[in-house]
Amino acid sequence: MSTELVTMNIGPIHPSTHGVFRMRVTFDGETIIDAEPIIGYLHRGSEKLAEERTYTQVVTLTDRMDYTASMTNNQAYILSVEKLSGITPSERGVWLRMIAAELQRIAAHSVAIGFLINDLGAWHTPLLYLLREREKILELFEMMCGARITNSYLRPGGVFMDAPDEFWPSLNRFLDEMPNRLDDIENLLTDNEIILARTQNVAILDKNDAINASITGPMLRASGIDWDLRHRNPYDYYEKISFRRPLGTVGDNNDRYLIRLHEIRESLKIVEQCLDLIEPGPVQPEEVPFLVRPPIGESYVPIEAPKGELGFYLVSDGGISPFRCHVRAPSLINLTLLRDMVIGYKIADLFVTFGSIDVNMGEVDR
Amino acid sequence: MFGIGLLKGLFTTLKNLLGPVFTVQYPNKKVGLIGALKFHKKSPLEFLKAQPSEFIKSLAGLHEVPEYPSQASRFRGQDFNWFEDRCTGCASCAKYCPLGIIKIETTPGSRDEQEGSSYDIDVFDIDIGRCMFCGLCVEACPFDALHMGSGFEKANEKRKDLVIPVDELRTAEKTPSTWFRPQMENKNYKPKDKGAEIKDWHDVGRHEQPSDEELTERWVNER
Repeated sequence: MSTELVTMNIGPIHPSTHGVFRMRVTFDGETIIDAEPIIGYLHRGSEKLAEERTYTQVVTLTDRMDYTASMTNNQAYILSVEKLSGITPSERGVWLRMIAAELQRIAAHSVAIGFLINDLGAWHTPLLYLLREREKILELFEMMCGARITNSYLRPGGVFMDAPDEFWPSLNRFLDEMPNRLDDIENLLTDNEIILARTQNVAILDKNDAINASITGPMLRASGIDWDLRHRNPYDYYEKISFRRPLGTVGDNNDRYLIRLHEIRESLKIVEQCLDLIEPGPVQPEEVPFLVRPPIGESYVPIEAPKGELGFYLVSDGGISPFRCHVRAPSLINLTLLRDMVIGYKIADLFVTFGSIDVNMGEVDR
Repeated sequence: MFGIGLLKGLFTTLKNLLGPVFTVQYPNKKVGLIGALKFHKKSPLEFLKAQPSEFIKSLAGLHEVPEYPSQASRFRGQDFNWFEDRCTGCASCAKYCPLGIIKIETTPGSRDEQEGSSYDIDVFDIDIGRCMFCGLCVEACPFDALHMGSGFEKANEKRKDLVIPVDELRTAEKTPSTWFRPQMENKNYKPKDKGAEIKDWHDVGRHEQPSDEELTERWVNER
C-alpha cells in the first residue's frame, strides 16, 4: 500500500549525524524514497588558509580535518611536502610515524565501530568499551607529542622529537592487552543476533558501483575489492612490512563492521613488525631547513587513511607557503553514495548505513 | 541456537562490570574513612580533631579528595612559561605562530655590551584565547626562553583575561612542559612532580652553564 510521501529534514544538529550533516529525506511510510545529503556546515576554508601559512604551519591545519585520525592526515601532508621539496626522511622518523599512523588507524576504527553500534541503538556500552581502548592510544600520543587529538607530530623529514623512554613499555603493554580486548568486543558484538538482523544484507554496495564512485578504504574492501594503498602503492616503509588484507564478500553493513575489526588486528601486527625493525638514530635529517622552500612544481601522494585514500595536492611557486592546496578527502567521496545505498530501506537503516560509511564531517567540509 | 550470541555478550558485560575501574573522577573523588586517612596521611584521631565534620562525612563515604588523570611531561599545557633572562626579543615565536597571537614590543637594551647586548621587552602578550597549543612558537625559540606550560585549568570569565601580559609571564610559577626540550627530558624533569618549579633560568637551556674558568677563558684570555 502506498501512502502520501513525507519529506523530512534530518540534521544539521542531530545526535546521529556525527557532526553537522543534514539530510532531506523523502519517506513513503517508513521506506526511504529519496535522500539528499546537504553538506557545508563545517566549512572552515582549510585549503585557502593553507595558502597563507608556511609549510610547517599547515601541519596544524591538517590535524583538524579528520580529527579522529590526525596522525594519518599529518602523514599524507608531510609525504606530499617531502616529494615536492625532495627531502629524504630519516629512517627512525619514518618508522616512528608509521607506528603513530597505525595506532591512529586502530583509534579511528575503534571510533567507527563504536558509533556504528551506537547508531544501531546499543546505547553506549560497546562504544565506551572501544573509547576506553582509544583512550590508551591517546595517552600514548600524549607521551609522544604532547597532545591527544591535535597532534602536529610530523615534520618534513620525519618527526619533531623522538618518543620518550616511557613510551615503549606502555606501547608493549598496549599491544599485549589489545587482542584480548578485541576478543571481548567480538564476543559482545559479532555473533549478537540483534546486530546481525539489523546489519546483514542492509545497504549492499555493489563492486562496480563502488569503483565507479571512486570509493576507497574499508568500504571498498568490504565490497570485495583488494585495494589497499599500503600494498598497491607502498609509501614510507610499507613494502618491508607484511600484512593480510581482509576482504568482505557481500558488501553490506555487517561486512563493513567486520572489515574494520580485522584491520585493527592487522594494524597491531604492523606495529609489532615496526617495533622489530626500528633502530636508533636521528628522527629528522639535519639539512632540513626551518622554512621549507620547495622548487616550482606540484605533488600528490595518496596514502591509506583509516577512511580511504587521502592525499594532499600541493602546488608550489617557489615560496615558503603552498600556492594551492587541495585535499582529496575520503569521507566526502565515500559519502556521495549514501543516497544510492539507502533507497528502498527503512528509516532505521539510514543511520546505520551512515555510520558504516564512517564519515567525519570535519573532513567532508574541511 | 538463537540467543547464544546475546548470552555471550551479556557475559562480556558482566566481566567488564567486575573488572578494574578505568574512569578517573576528576576533579574530586568521594572516598571513605580509609581512603581519606591514606590521602591525608593522618591517624583517625588526628583526622577527627582536625576536621570533625569531614570525619563524619568520610564514615558515609562522602569525603572528597582531589583526583587527577595522569599527564605526560610533554603535555602542551595552557600557561606559557617565559624566562626573561633568556629572551633576546628576537620575535621568532611571533613570526612562527600560525595565528599571529604573540605581540612583542622591544626597546634597545640598557644592559652592558660585555654581557651580550639585548633588547628590553616592554610588551609580550600571548592571547591564549585564540591559541591552539601547536607549540610552534616554542619550537622556533632559539634561546629556550619560551616553554609550553603544564596546566590546563586556566578558565576565565572574560576574553580579555585570556591575554597573558608580560608581568604575569614574569611572575608566574614556572613548571614548563618538556615539549621540544629534550635537554629537560634528559634531566628526568617531570613538570607534575612536587617541587618541580624552576627558579634558575640556567636550568632550562640546551647548553650547560659554563664554569667561571671557561668564562674567563672566553672573555679575558682570548682578548
